[in-house]
Amino acid sequence: MAAVLESLLREEVSVAAVVRWIAHSTRGSEDNPGEAAALSSLRPLRKEFVPFLLNFLREQSSRVLPQGPPTPAKAPGASAALPGRPGGPSRGSRGARSQLFPPTEAASTAAEAPLARRGGRRRGPGPARERGGRGLEEGVSGENLPGAGGRRLRGSGSPSRPSLTLSDPPNLSNLEEFPPVGSVPPGPAGTKPSRRINPTPVSEERSLSKPKTCFTSPPISCVPSSQPSALDTSPWGLGLPPGCRSLQEEREMLRKERSKQLQQSPTPTCPTPELGSPLPSRAGSLTDEPADPARVSSRQRLELVALVYSSCIAENLVPNLFLELFFVFQLLTARRMVTAKDSDPELSPGVLDSLESPLFQSIHDCVFFAVQVLECHFQVLSNLDKGTLKLLAENERLLCFSPALQGRLRAAYEGSVAKVSLAMPPSAQAVSFQPETDNRANFSSDRAFHTFKKQRDVFYEVLREWEDHHEEPGWDFEKGLGSRIRAMMGQLSAACSHSHFVRLFQKQLLQMCQSPGGAGGTVLGEAPDVLSMLGADKLGRLWRLQERLMAPQSSGGPCPPPTFPGCQGFFRDFILSASSFQFNQHLMDSLSLKIRELNGLALPQHEPSDEDGESDVDWQGERRQFAVVLLSLRLLAKFLGFVAFLPYRGPEPPPTGELQDSILALRSQVPPVLDVRTLLQRGLQARRAVLTVPWLVEFLSFADHVVPLLDYYRDIFILLLRLHRSLVLSQESEGKMCFLNKLLLLAVLGWLFQIPTVPEDLFFLEEGPSDAFEVDTVAPEHGLDAAPVVDQQLLYTCCPYIGELRKLLALWVSGSSGRSGGFMRKITPTTTTGLGAQPSQTSQGLQARLAQAFFHNQPPSLRRTVEFVAERIGSNCVKHIKATLVADLVRQAESLLQEQLVTQGEEGGDPAQLLEILCSQLCPHGAQALALGREFCQRKSPGAVQALLPEETPAAVLSSAENIAVGLATEKACAWLSANITALIRREVKAAVSRTLRAQGPEPAARGERRGCSRACEHHAPLPSHLISEIKDVLSLAVGPRDPDEGVSPEHLEQLLGQLGQTLRCRQFLCPPAEQHLAKCSVELASLLVADQIPILGPPAQYRLERGQARRLLHMLLSLWKEDFQGPVPLQLLLSPRNVGLLADTRPREWDLLLFLLRELVEKGLMGRMEIEACLGSLHQAQWPGDFAEELATLSNLFLAEPPLPEPQLRACELVQPNRGTVLAQS
Amino acid sequence: MILTKAQYEEIAQCLVSVPPTRQSLRKLKQRFPSQSQATLLSIFSQEYQKHIKRTHAKHHTSEAIESYYQRYLNGVVKNGAAPVLLDLANEVDYAPSLMARLILERFLQEHEETAPSKSVINSMLRDPSQIPDGVLANQVYQCIVNDCCYGPLVDCIKHAIGHEHEVLLRDLLLEKNLSFLDEDQLRAKGYDKTPDFILQVPVAVEGHIIHWIESKASFGDECSHHAYLHDQFWSYWNRDGISQCCSGWCGTPGLSNSSASASQSAGITGVRKHFLPGILMKCVCK
Repeated sequence: MAAVLESLLREEVSVAAVVRWIAHSTRGSEDNPGEAAALSSLRPLRKEFVPFLLNFLREQSSRVLPQGPPTPAKAPGASAALPGRPGGPSRGSRGARSQLFPPTEAASTAAEAPLARRGGRRRGPGPARERGGRGLEEGVSGENLPGAGGRRLRGSGSPSRPSLTLSDPPNLSNLEEFPPVGSVPPGPAGTKPSRRINPTPVSEERSLSKPKTCFTSPPISCVPSSQPSALDTSPWGLGLPPGCRSLQEEREMLRKERSKQLQQSPTPTCPTPELGSPLPSRAGSLTDEPADPARVSSRQRLELVALVYSSCIAENLVPNLFLELFFVFQLLTARRMVTAKDSDPELSPGVLDSLESPLFQSIHDCVFFAVQVLECHFQVLSNLDKGTLKLLAENERLLCFSPALQGRLRAAYEGSVAKVSLAMPPSAQAVSFQPETDNRANFSSDRAFHTFKKQRDVFYEVLREWEDHHEEPGWDFEKGLGSRIRAMMGQLSAACSHSHFVRLFQKQLLQMCQSPGGAGGTVLGEAPDVLSMLGADKLGRLWRLQERLMAPQSSGGPCPPPTFPGCQGFFRDFILSASSFQFNQHLMDSLSLKIRELNGLALPQHEPSDEDGESDVDWQGERRQFAVVLLSLRLLAKFLGFVAFLPYRGPEPPPTGELQDSILALRSQVPPVLDVRTLLQRGLQARRAVLTVPWLVEFLSFADHVVPLLDYYRDIFILLLRLHRSLVLSQESEGKMCFLNKLLLLAVLGWLFQIPTVPEDLFFLEEGPSDAFEVDTVAPEHGLDAAPVVDQQLLYTCCPYIGELRKLLALWVSGSSGRSGGFMRKITPTTTTGLGAQPSQTSQGLQARLAQAFFHNQPPSLRRTVEFVAERIGSNCVKHIKATLVADLVRQAESLLQEQLVTQGEEGGDPAQLLEILCSQLCPHGAQALALGREFCQRKSPGAVQALLPEETPAAVLSSAENIAVGLATEKACAWLSANITALIRREVKAAVSRTLRAQGPEPAARGERRGCSRACEHHAPLPSHLISEIKDVLSLAVGPRDPDEGVSPEHLEQLLGQLGQTLRCRQFLCPPAEQHLAKCSVELASLLVADQIPILGPPAQYRLERGQARRLLHMLLSLWKEDFQGPVPLQLLLSPRNVGLLADTRPREWDLLLFLLRELVEKGLMGRMEIEACLGSLHQAQWPGDFAEELATLSNLFLAEPPLPEPQLRACELVQPNRGTVLAQS
Repeated sequence: MILTKAQYEEIAQCLVSVPPTRQSLRKLKQRFPSQSQATLLSIFSQEYQKHIKRTHAKHHTSEAIESYYQRYLNGVVKNGAAPVLLDLANEVDYAPSLMARLILERFLQEHEETAPSKSVINSMLRDPSQIPDGVLANQVYQCIVNDCCYGPLVDCIKHAIGHEHEVLLRDLLLEKNLSFLDEDQLRAKGYDKTPDFILQVPVAVEGHIIHWIESKASFGDECSHHAYLHDQFWSYWNRDGISQCCSGWCGTPGLSNSSASASQSAGITGVRKHFLPGILMKCVCK
């Protein structure tokens, strides 16, 4: 392994070759022979390279990130323990600080032996610390988070509520650690010291922050730890808007909220103070070491390693993309080097040269490396949420090391609309009574029905009690509710009663827990729920603030174990407390059914042609629907997995050896609860992986240790591994998976691979799945995978751990390096304006609840109708605005542009500049859109609601429904408009500008002159195609060969030219190519006339066209050329050698017609004299028979000798022949 | 006006290995006086194209080209004014325009060092005056004006017919008060492949629902039906999710045995008689 890295560093092999070598075991054909040879000797080690590389990097960074492995090892055993069950024995945990991927002994070569040796015990405080908690999640967070070592989380106190005890209680009098904030009650601050509300002002260089109006304390960047006094004195005094008092109140309120929230989370997401005490090594100095690009040592080596590392990430050779990003971010934000460990005794002998010296010798190296890697993954970064992008764009180290990357990130930030909010939804409503299923007819007896009704009541009673009490510190689910639940379950005797109850349970589960990011929709103007749409603006702000203050501090690092946050905890505890196997079985049946149903749901597919602005609105609806389905599926699958694997999971360590074999033999008999393998296969085939895989991952995350070893599930894992490898983010193509879809799948799969129960070696031992992972698709090319169904909101909702990246960056900004747990969040002043409007917010909230209650009492169709109307009207409103206001603005833009072009003259100006000028003038008008939109919704919604509701609807209900519909529609439309109107105007104006400029470009003159038909034209002229074909016939006759009896009559010719005139005057059917050909044919015809080559029908004697007729025809042609052709006529062809040569063939030659024609051309201004002279001149160069050349010379002399003013009756013909008494028919 | 399959086959029968000249067309017209010239020309052109497609390769072997070129050279040496090239083409049963192109290409190869580019050749065929050799220019021009199935003039005529029929179709739709989106509007909406017109409100014609109309101003024989079905219609069908479509052909034989299609004359009438025999509707039912 090291040898590979060595040869890479020595530049013996190229990075590309190494990556190919890792990715494709068998094929080395593209490599050059030398490289191939160098690598092929190492073939057996191929599989271990990536784990080696990852461990190597972790190892190297240990001095920089001394608080332990940043990118956590798997939390061993975490999933095995069941939370909330009393009496779980404490387990010795596998060392969390052990290497991420322990190297396998067999493969280690001499070169890597020392590394491997070191690998076992990596860093930080004792890994073998024992943990008392049996909590799924509690335990894990302890391991995941650095700095937790040595501290016990909790004793084995109360079973379900961990009593948060700190081994070393925080020193509250230490102002540096716990600066006073207002009057923080010691309670929460004690357990969670990080929750300081710290209105951090923003330093000047962080230009993206919103302007601050009231926080005037010195910038945080100067003061590493916030100054306590600044909080209480300066900010509140000066320049504070009237709302400042309410701000204080708000803070008080929020603090209460927060403590509530804190107790409320019964699950381990509840922040635990692992990050608690500062490590001794950095307790002293709080200043960060500045990073300087100039002081990077061994730049080249870092670049190489970064390149290999990036390539591995890009090729999905690492198990978890976001884990690696997390690691890189940690390097980026590393604060200082630990100098104490500088001389690592293990690091010297036996290690090859280039690996001998540490890779990261200083902070500069770390940052340089991190920036190198990040540069390769800009695409992923640019798809992160807006907050993360902002933090990245503002990161001064990034700016310092790679201004280019920083610029791109800034641009991405500015263009990003991906605000993500993970606020918890407000507490849930009960499932309303379902008359269609919950009626007597569905029960076997009256008694069963009554029992069910009673149980229903008990269930809701239990639920309410849980809602009221679960936040209280001493409350315990089992103690408080266990017996009641079991008593209730005991009453469910009849099998069918179980199914009824399970249905209720499942519905309630979906209703309460479906969208943990429920409120987030407001950000994109797509609210998943009526409640969140009502007054979404203010309410949404409040929620965002609340989220910032109270969101769970940490979801447990970048790879948290599966959890049951929020309300889900109730259902989990309910299942555990009920411990009824009938209930579990029915629940599994019901969940499986529902999963199948939702998984098979035909979701609207994206129409690739509809990338229009207005369809955004509709498309958002579809995305929303997808999100709802996906989240429901994940929730159901999670519970299904939980219940299905419940019997097999225990706190004891996974069995080994023979015991394992026997268990395997036994378990392989058992059919899976849901045939997930088939569902997965079908999902892949139908290109619906983006729907199927996320829920499958949830399901598998609850599997026990034996499951991955079973053949059935092993197949699934292999499929998933292949899928994972095939999702290379940089490969984007039509019909393939969308970027964010891929990102979601990578995130969930990466997370799954880190779940403790999934064997660590699975990812690497699996033979290179090869690029041959091409699902044989039976499905149409546009499966769900290709549709942009995933947005950042959904991504972060499904994978909250991605948010860890942001926390890491925020931690860096806050300057506090998480001394006391959690990261410091600053409150930007925007929230204070929101807070000023507090009374109205509560009234809005009340309004929302009222509406909710209103719908609850009405038939469901009413709600559907209102939502439908709101959605359609909102969407129509946007379309209407686009067709009216925006179209007007575009017209204005066009006229403005014309003016600009006139004033600026021909060259115009830089189009981009023009666009800027126009947009700056027009975009402000976009503000009208909101007013117009509001008016539109106001006008349209009531009628629609009226029309759709039954006639008999009471007036009060109707008017309420109308009002709600208006409100919702307005909300929807305005949210979209306010977010997008400027961009929309910009886009349309841009299109108009480029259209206008293009039209200006090539033929400015022709544009004005092109005339249509006259108004009176009835379009009865002959069709151009007909004329071309007629003229072609004449030409072919003239050119020959022809039968003796063939010919045209002079009348026919005249008629033809007349028709040509008509056609040219009626432009209806004329297209430019046709006109061009007509012009050319008419010139050819003229040449033939001049040369007297047209065979005339009639008596043989009169075989040739009469002079007078010929002149008349030529006159007609001349006038057509002059008057009727709008395109250029290639008149110079008249004097082309070929056409003049026609004359040579005639005997006797006649020149008078040509001379006549030339004169007329000059006279009518169709050709200039000079032009004709030039043509005649060039004629001389051609090869002619001797006499012809003479005659030609005479002609040109004659023409040239003529005075410019034409004299009538020039006897041109005398030069050749006595004229035949031509009558000049001058019309 | 409906052409029966039998009539169509009779016409096609007459066209086996007939040179694409004015004279042939005239004979055809005499033979089938009831058919309009446009229809006959269209059938002629298509049949001839099929024929050329079959035999194209054999004229393009280097030996064939060389022998044609030598024959041409010999011919013009004997008499430059005689229709050497045209006769040659007719003799070997190849389209005169294509023969002209062959010889021109060969000629340019001989007289210039570099192989002539396609655009140069095309431009010379469009305007033979650019051909450096006067005799060849005349010969080429003669071929082009005498060829009624190939060549720049014929292409232009076809193009013009296509354009005209779109305009006619639009007028008809307007006249019938059918609301539609035309190609430009559809393109503005972002469709990449569009039929000429999408009806905003579908209409039923003789029991077939018509969602869009494509004007194909050429004769719709079995072969071109299949080709267009393959190339265009299915892609519309896929894009628009439309179950039925309809296209106007300039004359379609009643293809009773065509499996996927049934063709009827449809209700769009009133097209000027002097040019079109009437637009026939082709409905593809799926």
